[in-house]
Amino acid sequence: MNMTSIENRAEKIRNAHKLLKRFEYKPQEVQRGYANKTLYINISDNTIEAKEVAEEIKEKFVGGKGFGLWYLWNAVKSTTKWDDPENEIVISPGPIGGITQYPGAGKSLVVSLSPITGSVMDSNVGGHFGPLMKFSGWDALEIQGKAQRDIIIFIDGNEGIVEIYEAPLESVNSHILAEELTEIFAKSEEDKRNVSIVSAGEAAEHTLFGVLSFSFYDKRKKVQRLKQAGRGGIGTVFRNKKIKAIVVRYKGVTGNSNNAADVNKIKELGLKLHKEIRNFDKEQCRMREIGTAHLVEIMNDYDLLPVNNFKFGSHKDAHKIDSKVLVKKVVQGSPDGCWHGCSMSCAKAAKDYELKSGPYKGHKVVVDGPEYETVAGVGSNCGIFDPDYIMECNFYCDTYGIDTISFGTTMAFLMECYEKNIINKDITGGIELNFGNADAAMEVLHQMAKGEGFGKIAGMGVRRLKKLFIEEYGADPKFVNDIGMEVKGLEYSQYVSKESLAQQGGYALANKGPQHDEAWLIFMDMVNNQIPTFEDKAEALHYFPVFRTWFGLNGLCKLPWNDIEPEDNHTTDEPAKVPEHVDNYVQLFNSVTGKSIDKEAMFLQSERVYNFQRVFNLKMGYGTRKDDIPPYRSMGPVTEEEYLSREDRYDKQLKNLLGLEPEGMSTEEKIEALREYKYTQYEKLVDAVYKRRGWTEDGVPSVELMKKLGMDFPEVIKVIEEHQKGGFR
Amino acid sequence: MIRVNHREMDFHGEMTLKSLIEDLKYSFPNLIVSINGKLITKDKYEETLIRDGDDIRIIHPIAGG
Repeated sequence: MNMTSIENRAEKIRNAHKLLKRFEYKPQEVQRGYANKTLYINISDNTIEAKEVAEEIKEKFVGGKGFGLWYLWNAVKSTTKWDDPENEIVISPGPIGGITQYPGAGKSLVVSLSPITGSVMDSNVGGHFGPLMKFSGWDALEIQGKAQRDIIIFIDGNEGIVEIYEAPLESVNSHILAEELTEIFAKSEEDKRNVSIVSAGEAAEHTLFGVLSFSFYDKRKKVQRLKQAGRGGIGTVFRNKKIKAIVVRYKGVTGNSNNAADVNKIKELGLKLHKEIRNFDKEQCRMREIGTAHLVEIMNDYDLLPVNNFKFGSHKDAHKIDSKVLVKKVVQGSPDGCWHGCSMSCAKAAKDYELKSGPYKGHKVVVDGPEYETVAGVGSNCGIFDPDYIMECNFYCDTYGIDTISFGTTMAFLMECYEKNIINKDITGGIELNFGNADAAMEVLHQMAKGEGFGKIAGMGVRRLKKLFIEEYGADPKFVNDIGMEVKGLEYSQYVSKESLAQQGGYALANKGPQHDEAWLIFMDMVNNQIPTFEDKAEALHYFPVFRTWFGLNGLCKLPWNDIEPEDNHTTDEPAKVPEHVDNYVQLFNSVTGKSIDKEAMFLQSERVYNFQRVFNLKMGYGTRKDDIPPYRSMGPVTEEEYLSREDRYDKQLKNLLGLEPEGMSTEEKIEALREYKYTQYEKLVDAVYKRRGWTEDGVPSVELMKKLGMDFPEVIKVIEEHQKGGFR
Repeated sequence: MIRVNHREMDFHGEMTLKSLIEDLKYSFPNLIVSINGKLITKDKYEETLIRDGDDIRIIHPIAGG
């Protein structure tokens, strides 16, 4: 888009805006990481209010995801559905969010009731919105209600203005919308860096796994780059509320906009980590060079890269989409961070990428990514080893507002169903959905954006597709439930967990569904063999999910914790925990807030929120043992093809673990024997994990635990007690 | 017989630490390796011979992803 056309278009768009509500406030400086106010907007009646943040809420929920869960808990009833007006979208960066001296401190956490799981969802995202919103005076933004017509919300953190506009002419797709709104709300070319936009896209309107994009202005490329709050369909909630975008403008970010208690200490901690990254990143994870995509070849080597709907863990063509190939397509001169001061700089973008399909065919665009999850999800898991397809699919998923993980896992499921004749061309509208058919996958993606054809059906996600195929097309329930890779309704992220019992739990026990941000234990378990007993695995499944919750409370990115390690990390007692970096985080929290926590208190902060989220699931009718059961594809071979592809491995397991002689058994018998064993092991794991976490045998945090954690809010205890009586809901 | 991460593996002559790591396809860049409790640095992988009965640990120090 050239400058004249964007300027002309911006003028027309602005002229069509109708101001629905204006709210004025006096911007206050953030103190020790907190603005101490949250912004509540109800877009049904255009109410805009400032709320005070009580000290108790800071103490119990810290910020970020903790605030999101608390405000949402108070906004919804147990009967509230994702598309009811009372559902909220809450965005919060957390107290450490926005510091510029320590890498990875620009995250926002988004919380809402999910269309795809029906329960509470949290999703973290980079970009500038969260910190700019906080420096504008708001620790969190709660949006409730539903607008009658498309709107945008504008926050000017310098002028102290919040406005709601009817917004009929803006584009919906994020890469254009972000440019239009930047042109409208930035006061000058230089001011564009002070504007950040939250948006979704056309496909978020028609699917259940819509994402939110959070922008940051790239001064070198002169474009708004997009990062995604990807999981669980919060973009779908956004468009259902008829929000086109939320815009924040704040000029004046400094090295101490948080007014931290001890900024010099933060500088010292940051400097130490910057040096580690400078010295060791090249030989460790190459985040500055290629970002998370460095994992493609590693996962392939360890048989963990999902191929053809998680049937296999490696493929001979994986080298065609590995980081050595992607680096040539993506990296253009220098590393990028998605927030100021992040020397980890894992963000990557290709400029002038010419699109080959869809409504923007022939356009030269900036493609942000691809991340490992995208390469594995839309690529290898669909049997597609074409880097150009991955780039194009990545771009369209982002601008249409589609989660690349759910899209990849859903398409992979559909491809297997197609190859098994559960669905056919009559059902797909003529699309040949074989594994490896990139054109077919792209066609479905474009249909999702239009809400047409098979794309509209595919956009329901794996859980609903399974039900449809069983009820309408006579699919074998056992088979589709085995191969449909979802738990709690959320599609799996992109790691093969068949040979790691701990990771099977890491996925299926996760509060929001099978996303690896709670626990990624495959190396500790399958490779290192460091957690051999159920108790060992349960300890890991207690520690890591709780510990990792902490990043989301504080507006932090997980990557600088363990994708860079100190030179002497291997000499510590527990290198997988990266103790020095955990220590950094304790000091960082204290240096920002002026509080005085230690590692135990840090863990307590997380444990409170982690258990609260579990009870929130319970409140919404989920959150018990029945919701923690994985599909068998995540545990072992479902089909003869899978078994035979790794026959030696599975035969050895039958022999060594079950004491069977595989020679006399048919493949079908072997599969069944292994299946029974693996589910028995899984149940034992669940028993051990629940016990370690202080939960009942049904997976419910006990009243005693919630009291011990100081989370015995009357309404929380009521939910637990009602469940125990068998009467909740 | 050797043990790698507490699991038994067949021993064959001419094994170096480097060849063992390559055979196992352990391509993760940041390994912590020890033989019979003695830490071996990356620059010594090629010259370190594996002996029958060795107890080898090849730790991938990450709980990330």
